[in-house]
Amino acid sequence: MADKPGFPEILSLGNTGYGDELLWGAVMTLNIALFAYGIGLSIGIVGAICKLHGSKLTRSILNGYTTLVRAVPELILILLLYYAGTAALNALLASLGYGAFAINGFMAAVIVLGFVQGAYSTEVLRAAIMAIPVGQLEAARSFGMSPWMEFRRITLPAMLPFALPGLANLWLICTKDTVLIAVVGYTELALATRQAAGNTKMYFTFFMVAGAIYLLISLLSQKGFNWLEARVRRGQRVQV
Amino acid sequence: MAWVIAKNIIKAVVLGALLAIAALIVYWFFFASRWDWIPKYLPLLLRGLWYTITLLALSCLFGFLLAVPIGLVQVTGPGWLALIAKSFCTVIRGTPLLIQVWLLYYGFGSLFPQIGMAWPGFKEHFMWLIRLDGYWYALLAFTLSYAGYEGEVMRGAFLGVPRGELEAARAFGMSPAKVARRVWFPRAVRLVFPTLAGETVLQLKSTPLAFTIAVMDLMGVTSKIRQDTYLTFEPLMLLAVLYMGLTFILILIFNRLERSIPTRR
Repeated sequence: MADKPGFPEILSLGNTGYGDELLWGAVMTLNIALFAYGIGLSIGIVGAICKLHGSKLTRSILNGYTTLVRAVPELILILLLYYAGTAALNALLASLGYGAFAINGFMAAVIVLGFVQGAYSTEVLRAAIMAIPVGQLEAARSFGMSPWMEFRRITLPAMLPFALPGLANLWLICTKDTVLIAVVGYTELALATRQAAGNTKMYFTFFMVAGAIYLLISLLSQKGFNWLEARVRRGQRVQV
Repeated sequence: MAWVIAKNIIKAVVLGALLAIAALIVYWFFFASRWDWIPKYLPLLLRGLWYTITLLALSCLFGFLLAVPIGLVQVTGPGWLALIAKSFCTVIRGTPLLIQVWLLYYGFGSLFPQIGMAWPGFKEHFMWLIRLDGYWYALLAFTLSYAGYEGEVMRGAFLGVPRGELEAARAFGMSPAKVARRVWFPRAVRLVFPTLAGETVLQLKSTPLAFTIAVMDLMGVTSKIRQDTYLTFEPLMLLAVLYMGLTFILILIFNRLERSIPTRR
C-alpha cells in the first residue's frame, strides 16, 4: 500500500486526495439548492396570491401546473424539462436566425429544480395565507391599507408561522433533490463522489463521506429553521 | 379605464400563448413524433411496470413493518433503543435517497466479492449475496428509506392516541400486548392514514431512482428505448403519463381505503 493512499489521505486537499473535489461538489450543491429554492419561493408567492385572488383562467392554469408537477416524479420532470427546454430554446434561436446555444448546466439545473419547487411552495404558501384569521385582513383593509401595504405589513408576517414548517421541509427536499442533477450529468456533490469512488474503488468510504456532508447540511438547516420559527412566533401565545 | 384595457390585453396575450403552446404540442404529437417503437418494446415496458409496482408495494410493506417498532420504541423506550431508532430516522431523512442507493449497491456490491476472495467459505455459503442484482439493492434501499420516514410518522401517531383510551383498555384488564394490538396500533394508524397515503405517493415518485443501478424498471426501460431509437421526448412523455396514471390510481385506492375507516363526523 505504499503507492496507494489510504483512508484519511484520500480525502486530503490537493492532487493526491479527493477532498477538494468533494468540497467543490458540496459548494455547487448548496449553490444549486439556494438558487432553485429562491426561484421556487418567488414562483410560490406569486402563484399563491394568484391562486387566491386571480381570475378563473389564472386559477385553472395554476391548478394544472401544481397538479402536473406533483404527480410526476422529479427525476422524469428534470430530464423532460432539461431536454425539452434546450431543444425549444435552440429551435427558437434557430428560427430567429441565431446558431445553436449550449445551455449552461448550472442554469438549467437551477431553473428546472426551481420550477419543480415552485409548485410545492405555491401549495404551502396558499395554505398558510388561508390560515390567517380573516378578521385581521379585513381590519387591515378597513384601515385603508393598499393591497401592497396589506401584504407587507399583515399577510406576510401573519402567514410565516404557518408557512415555515412547510418551507423548511421544502428546503430539505430541495437540497436532497439536487442529486437528481447528477443524472443529467452536471457535477455536484453526488456525481463528484461517484467519480471519486469509481476512480479509487473505495465506494464505501466516499459514499459515507458524501452522506455525512448531506446530513450536516440537513442538520444545520434544521437548526436555522428552528431559530427562524421561534423568531416569527415571538409574540404568539405559548401553547401549553 | 386604462387598467381594464391593460388587463384585457394581458388576458389575450396569456390565452394566445397558451393556445400556441397547446397547438404546438398537438402538432408535435400528431405530425412530428414517432410512436412506432411501442409494439416492439411493449413486453419490456410491461415487465418494467411490474418491476416498478413490486418495488413500490414490497418496499412499502416491509418498510411499514419496520416503521411500527421504530415508532413504538421511541415512545415506550428503553432509552438506548429509542436513541438508535431516532438516529436511524435522522440519518435516513437527512441524506438523499440516491446516495443511500449507491452506498448499498456500490458499497456492498464491492464488499461481498472482496470478502469472498479473502475467505473462500463465504463464497460457498453466500454466493447468492455476490450474485444479487440491482433490483434487490434498490428494494433494500427503498425499504429502509420508507421505514425511516414512516418511523417518524408512527412515533407521532403513537403519541397522538388519547391517553384515556389506553387507560380504558387497561381498565378492562387487557394485557399490554393486547392494548397495543387492539387499541393503540389501530387508533394510531387511523390518525396518520392520510399522511401515510401522501408518503406512499412520494415513495412511488422516488422509484425511478432504481434505474441508476441498472434495474430495468419503467425508467430503466425508457432509457434503453432512448438509447436504441435515439428518440429524446417520446419515451419520456410516455413515462410521465404512465407515472401520472400510477399516482392517480394510488390516490384512488387510498381514498377508497380511507372511506372504509369508520369515523364519527
